[in-house]
Amino acid sequence: MADQAFKIPEYREFPTIPALVPGAMAHSKPYVANEKIQQEMGFPGQLVDNWEEKAIEKFGELLGKYRSLKVFMDSCVHCGACTDKCHYFISTGDPKNMPVARQDLMRSVYRRYFTLPGKLFPSLVGARDLTKEVLDEWFSYFWQCSECRRCSVFCPYGIDTAEVTMAARHIMDSVGYGQKYSNEIILKLNKIGNNLGLPGPALENTLEGLEEDVKDDTGVDVKYPLNVKGAEVLLVTPSADFFAEPHIESLIGYGKVFHAAGISWTLSSYASEAGNFGLFNGSYEHMREVALRVRKAALELGVKRIVVGECGHAWRVAYAFWNTLAGLGAGAKDPFAIELQNQLDPRHMQPSHICEFTWDLIQQGRLKFDKEKNDHRIITFHDSCNVARASRMGNFPGGQFEIPRNVIKAVANNYVEMAPDTICESTFCCGGGGGVLTDDLIELRVKGAFPRMEALKQVADGQGVNFMATICAICKAQFSKVLPYYGFDMRLVGGIHQLVSTAIRLGDEQ
Amino acid sequence: MTMFLAILFYLAFVIFVAGVAYKIYDFARTPAPLSIPTTPAPTTKGGVALRMAREVVFFESLFKANLWIWLFGWLFHMALLLVLIRHLRYFTEPVWNWVAILQPFGLYAGFAMAAGLAGLWARRILVERIRYISTPSDHLMLVLLLLIALSGLGIKFFMHTDITAVKVFFLGLMMFDIQPLPSHIGLYVHLLLVALLMIIFPFSKLLHAPGVFFSPTRNQADNPREVRHLAPWAAQIEKN
Repeated sequence: MADQAFKIPEYREFPTIPALVPGAMAHSKPYVANEKIQQEMGFPGQLVDNWEEKAIEKFGELLGKYRSLKVFMDSCVHCGACTDKCHYFISTGDPKNMPVARQDLMRSVYRRYFTLPGKLFPSLVGARDLTKEVLDEWFSYFWQCSECRRCSVFCPYGIDTAEVTMAARHIMDSVGYGQKYSNEIILKLNKIGNNLGLPGPALENTLEGLEEDVKDDTGVDVKYPLNVKGAEVLLVTPSADFFAEPHIESLIGYGKVFHAAGISWTLSSYASEAGNFGLFNGSYEHMREVALRVRKAALELGVKRIVVGECGHAWRVAYAFWNTLAGLGAGAKDPFAIELQNQLDPRHMQPSHICEFTWDLIQQGRLKFDKEKNDHRIITFHDSCNVARASRMGNFPGGQFEIPRNVIKAVANNYVEMAPDTICESTFCCGGGGGVLTDDLIELRVKGAFPRMEALKQVADGQGVNFMATICAICKAQFSKVLPYYGFDMRLVGGIHQLVSTAIRLGDEQ
Repeated sequence: MTMFLAILFYLAFVIFVAGVAYKIYDFARTPAPLSIPTTPAPTTKGGVALRMAREVVFFESLFKANLWIWLFGWLFHMALLLVLIRHLRYFTEPVWNWVAILQPFGLYAGFAMAAGLAGLWARRILVERIRYISTPSDHLMLVLLLLIALSGLGIKFFMHTDITAVKVFFLGLMMFDIQPLPSHIGLYVHLLLVALLMIIFPFSKLLHAPGVFFSPTRNQADNPREVRHLAPWAAQIEKN
């Protein structure tokens, strides 16, 4: 990488907690959303004149709407448990990337405007006025958080920096200081139906092309249906699956699973996106709008089941929030939610993750594999942060760790685990999640991947690992981009259903 | 001094109780609109109670995070609990049996409490990361607690006071019948600092004590596919 203007972190023989390097990442900032984007989002076009007043007003509103924010602002004791847990801190040493310090950017303002000691003795309790410098600091450092929740695992009060980051971004949006990348994507989704702005006809072409490719490859007519009314399953998947490498390999795999199991399914052009960037900006309303598209598509197509493709934060939103936002789940008593819940088949978890779906079929003996077809691969699994720490699969806690691994082990022979403090609930973010997967933050992304790269390096050197499976569109895109910076082949990353795709018997051969 | 301390304790008690009660009310009335437990999380209410108990009794998350902070923090809190239990004898007549049984432990706990606090303060000064995040109030809070512990130990071991008279004072206080307090500088310091701690409690980070029970990442059951969570303000959006 000759063109980069920053230093790539070096592999360490004995990983230790870095010494502080104040200001190391102070220059890191994403592009600010322009006037047009902001206004279409329903936010002010640029920083409003009375932004301080407006920001504090919004802050107060959020404190009244979110118990998480209120409790987290009050409860931190500065114990230091989280200080060495963030991948951005480990790789940059910038003290403001320590979770507690990131929260304190906001907590200092909270103390000044909303607590008695902060009003009376600001310097004693570390309270600060919300000046333009402070707001700029927010814009820099709240866009250096990938909302991965690793810190929240270790906090004795469960303080989740992601919640604080979301609130700060929401406040910045509401005074006209939005981030270009995320807001642009939300707009595309609301206009066209997916983050990539891929219109219906283009999607149709892509899927037809895919059918031909799979036919050439396997000799079998595997279908990739779009907008089919009365299909059993609606598959909602990140739009990167439609064209990006290695994402598309997993989409091919999903289709093969449906084919082999003989279950009818469809994609929807109206809801052709599982991702939901409303989450990253802490905007309940935007997140809800995105989720309502899935609800509408499900009602129109009359499907019985909703299955979600390989994506991290998308699965978080689907698993944990869809029922709340769009009545898409079970157990509701209100007419809005019952309308959809009566249509869905109660024998299945709604929504289901594609790994849950595939694993169920494997357990029922409805899928057969030639595992040796994956023998050229030595596989490890990268737990995606939002799947690991903000969702579940199956009906028992920790299913989100076991089920993906079970699927891998059912379709391949060579599986290796990375170091225990870098997997499952302690997994490291890929460095590109939470709305920072943009080229204007490439330094942050490369550095943020460092802890994962170190763990990968260990098993690559030690056990010859040559494939890192993951179930997130952002992880796949991020690793494809940053792996070469660390001396790896970008093709080392891929989806679980890429492995499924390699080994599955389509059932038509016999 | 007796009168001053009596009034101060009434005041401190009112501020402490009203302040903490208000904060608890404030936490409780604020909705948690989304299901955000840090997973893997228990799927039932019983499971959540167990998780919370592990968190509050053993400091489970802190144990995972950092053994030194856990050691000093846990030592301090558990010792504080024993010390508080031991102090119940100044407020009850006759002294409850289980309090009497725990007396000797409470005595040693005073030292453990001071040691835990000293350890936490040492980390705050010596560990670069924790020094960076510490505000003056973080240091002062530890100093305050440490002085309370040391003055208490001082009264017990080095400069005895008429402890029976102290008990008469507090029993009287509870009956609105002010009795004379022994004239004793160590005792005055100890009581003044305790009153101060009670007064700042509801306005400070000491709110972590009620806060932990209201933390959505710890107190929510992981059941969003089975149950529809809907905050009142979110339901309102649905109606529009």
